Amino acid sequence: MSKTLFLAAAALAALAAPAMAQDVAITNAKLVIGDGSAPVEGGTVVVRGGKVVAVGRGVAVPAGVQVVDAAGRYVTPGIFAGFTRLGIVEVDGVGVTNDAGTENSPFNAALDVTPSVNPRNTPIAINRADGVTRAVVAPEVGRGSVFAGQGAVIDTRSDFHPVARPRAFQFMEYGESGARAGGGSRSGAAALLRNTFAEVRAYIRNPASFSDRAKDVLLTRADAEALAPVVQGKVPLLVHVERASDILVLLQLKRETPGLKLVLVGATEGWTVAKDIAAAGVPVIASALNDLPASFEQLAATQSNIGRMQAAGVLVGVGTINDDEARQARLEKQFAGNLVALTRVPGATGLSWDAAFAAISSKPAEAMGLGDAFGSLRPGRVGDVVVWDGDPLEIGSAPVKLYVDGIEQSLTSRQTRLRDRYWKPAEGALPKAYQH
Amino acid sequence: MAAACVALTACGGSGGKPATASSTPPAQKGPGLGKGYSHDPYPSTYRPYPGVPTLVTNVTILDGEGGRIDKGAVLFRDGKIVAVGQNLTADAGVTVIDGQGKYVTPGVIDIHSHLGDYPSPGVDALSDGNEATGPVTADVWAEHSVWPQDPGFGRALVNGGVTTLQILPGSANLFGGRSVVLKNVYARTMQGMKFPGAGYGLKMACGENPKRVYGSRGREPSTRMGNIAVDRQTWARAAEYKRRWDKYEKDGGEPPARDIAMDTLRGVLDGEIRVQNHCYRADEMANVLDMAKEFGYHVAAFHHAVEAYKIADLLKANNTCAAVWADWYGFKMESYDAVPENLAILEKEGACGMIHSDDANGIQRLNQEVAKARASAVRAGFDVSEATAWKWLSINPALALGIADKTGSLKAGKMADVVLWNGNPFSVYTRPEMVWVDGALLYDAKDPKRRPVSDFELGQPGEGDVK
Repeated sequence: MSKTLFLAAAALAALAAPAMAQDVAITNAKLVIGDGSAPVEGGTVVVRGGKVVAVGRGVAVPAGVQVVDAAGRYVTPGIFAGFTRLGIVEVDGVGVTNDAGTENSPFNAALDVTPSVNPRNTPIAINRADGVTRAVVAPEVGRGSVFAGQGAVIDTRSDFHPVARPRAFQFMEYGESGARAGGGSRSGAAALLRNTFAEVRAYIRNPASFSDRAKDVLLTRADAEALAPVVQGKVPLLVHVERASDILVLLQLKRETPGLKLVLVGATEGWTVAKDIAAAGVPVIASALNDLPASFEQLAATQSNIGRMQAAGVLVGVGTINDDEARQARLEKQFAGNLVALTRVPGATGLSWDAAFAAISSKPAEAMGLGDAFGSLRPGRVGDVVVWDGDPLEIGSAPVKLYVDGIEQSLTSRQTRLRDRYWKPAEGALPKAYQH
Repeated sequence: MAAACVALTACGGSGGKPATASSTPPAQKGPGLGKGYSHDPYPSTYRPYPGVPTLVTNVTILDGEGGRIDKGAVLFRDGKIVAVGQNLTADAGVTVIDGQGKYVTPGVIDIHSHLGDYPSPGVDALSDGNEATGPVTADVWAEHSVWPQDPGFGRALVNGGVTTLQILPGSANLFGGRSVVLKNVYARTMQGMKFPGAGYGLKMACGENPKRVYGSRGREPSTRMGNIAVDRQTWARAAEYKRRWDKYEKDGGEPPARDIAMDTLRGVLDGEIRVQNHCYRADEMANVLDMAKEFGYHVAAFHHAVEAYKIADLLKANNTCAAVWADWYGFKMESYDAVPENLAILEKEGACGMIHSDDANGIQRLNQEVAKARASAVRAGFDVSEATAWKWLSINPALALGIADKTGSLKAGKMADVVLWNGNPFSVYTRPEMVWVDGALLYDAKDPKRRPVSDFELGQPGEGDVK
């Protein structure tokens, strides 16, 4: 008890000082690169200036670099959470703390999550303590448009610079929720989408002439401006879609819009059209364990979805769309472990351990077009490194050390503080409020 | 419930004619206690499916009450556990299953499910879990909403090893209505799933849900004090209803008017119906415990008891259990103070804790939720054994449901509700391999014919994935 309290106090003191990127070498590791390769024993990873510079077995530790002996424990890249609303929601049910959705804004595609991200929101510290170092953060769709706005990639560092890649993608809804946002039917959503793209092309041809036409084209100038790089293929378009036939409609849209960087999110029925997705070269950030026909667009739901898509050649990462996405990105490691479990169930298709870890590290980063920066311990990537006390996909394993951009991070949270305060529930000599 | 059956002469049938409660008119005068009206008008018609005498050997057994046997064996026949031990041998005709490297546990019991009432697909036309038309709907019975074809039942069996579950009405209301306990076996009717001999529960709710639902309509309750005010007024009415019916059943005369909601509350005051109270915050649970003393009833369990760890001593003193999640937090203010050590602290203080799902997906991995809770305990320095932790999945929920004499542990004479896991069930890599309900093999991972496909799934694109 006193030991935990001491550690908490030390962590707070550490937070008070400005954090600096450390040069650190973690040696003697069961090293997981995160790219789908098997762990190597006796591995070393060297991080300098916040970046991975060397990795593997027999890597020499440069002079002047702090050495951490992992003592044979698992060392992995941090979890790259493929789809979340981390950092923009404190308490879902308390509207004033929930910046995910925008019900009354005149804008949609132009919206940018960046000003909403609060690095001191409690879910960030809680997820960090379970190994999440990066997250794809998307806004929620509002009214009157299928476009939700521009999402970001954030880190989980405890400083005031959470956004690692602002405006990293545009997010939109298709299928049932897209139909709702698009006027009540898929036809409405599709018409809205095609018309928007046509008008964005008009905007690209002559931006100056666009401002007076906003009412006619159902698109504000700011929204057109935000969508221009999407139509030009400079920024990925993440689309939440579940039903197989809806996926095929989107693949057709990609054919009509050369260069469009389409990324499917959710994709519960993806396995039934996996060959088409693979042939189109479209990556997927999928929900891992949807196995109920929870809606009429998810009738083909199965836990084998990710395994079957991967087997068909689709690039698949794990995300948490409509799955406690504001708070529980940390469950991704449990999801990945369950995908491994499926390899032992007759008739099911799962992932190997190595592929399962990649599905929560390098694969979602690659799906976002950011695999050269995030998600693995290959040289040149950010120094997001976790030392675990056991198999990171196993229940109950937890980080013992965690670095983001090479900066060691605290593993305490409001939850650990509450745990310490109430480890003995009975009152002491003073009220609980004095126990801190 | 057995007493009610005898009194009603409605359980066994008579003279070849279908006997129902309503076919037996109440006595006209001085009917005797419990005879004023049927307490079991929709009786269970569940019958165990046929099984074969089975001996599972060479397994690690967690008996569900805190016991563990390494290299053990379980023998069951005629739907009942016969023996559990280390050196059991098979008579002729007993099917022997070698479980080398595997675990056997009692079936998982989920005390908090809405399967059937909020089934898949989750469309409005099937949304039958909350009678959110008034804060007091103690008249509704969850069993009358249960759709027995919900595909969620099959997933809970196949992935989660769930053999028994309590279906509750939702939490919009202070008095949400009656619960029903089901065996996790598909049937054509709800009654065909109904756990024989299990009593009813009364779902109550504290806190944010009722005050939000009714406050937003400009009516009481709109605050926590409003919640308790409406609760107390309702209990006061119930006490009066009970007094009139007790008097009639004792002295006869003109029978009081029936009030279906008050029947349920009278059942609670009589100790026949258990209170299952949705309540998150420590301070609110304390208020409810005092309200229970004021009106003379007992709270069997607080559900969603996120702050139970703050009052483990109080819960223990009141003999009230807490049903909790492993790591849900932060979705509303009353879940803001969640800690993953909740179950650990309850266990350490000697209070009765258990896991629950409240979720059609989560119910498929309650073993993993307990594994998380146990891991949190161990990391915090409290070494909860696997055998102890399994109590959170079986005997504790059985106790809170009042069915611990029938299921919830691997003890001779109990229902043979048994799961063979293909590894250590505290590992993420482990799944059920075989599941028996009352000794009938209802899931076998290796046999596609032993995987349930509900009516709804038949002919749908996902059908092949459970078959």
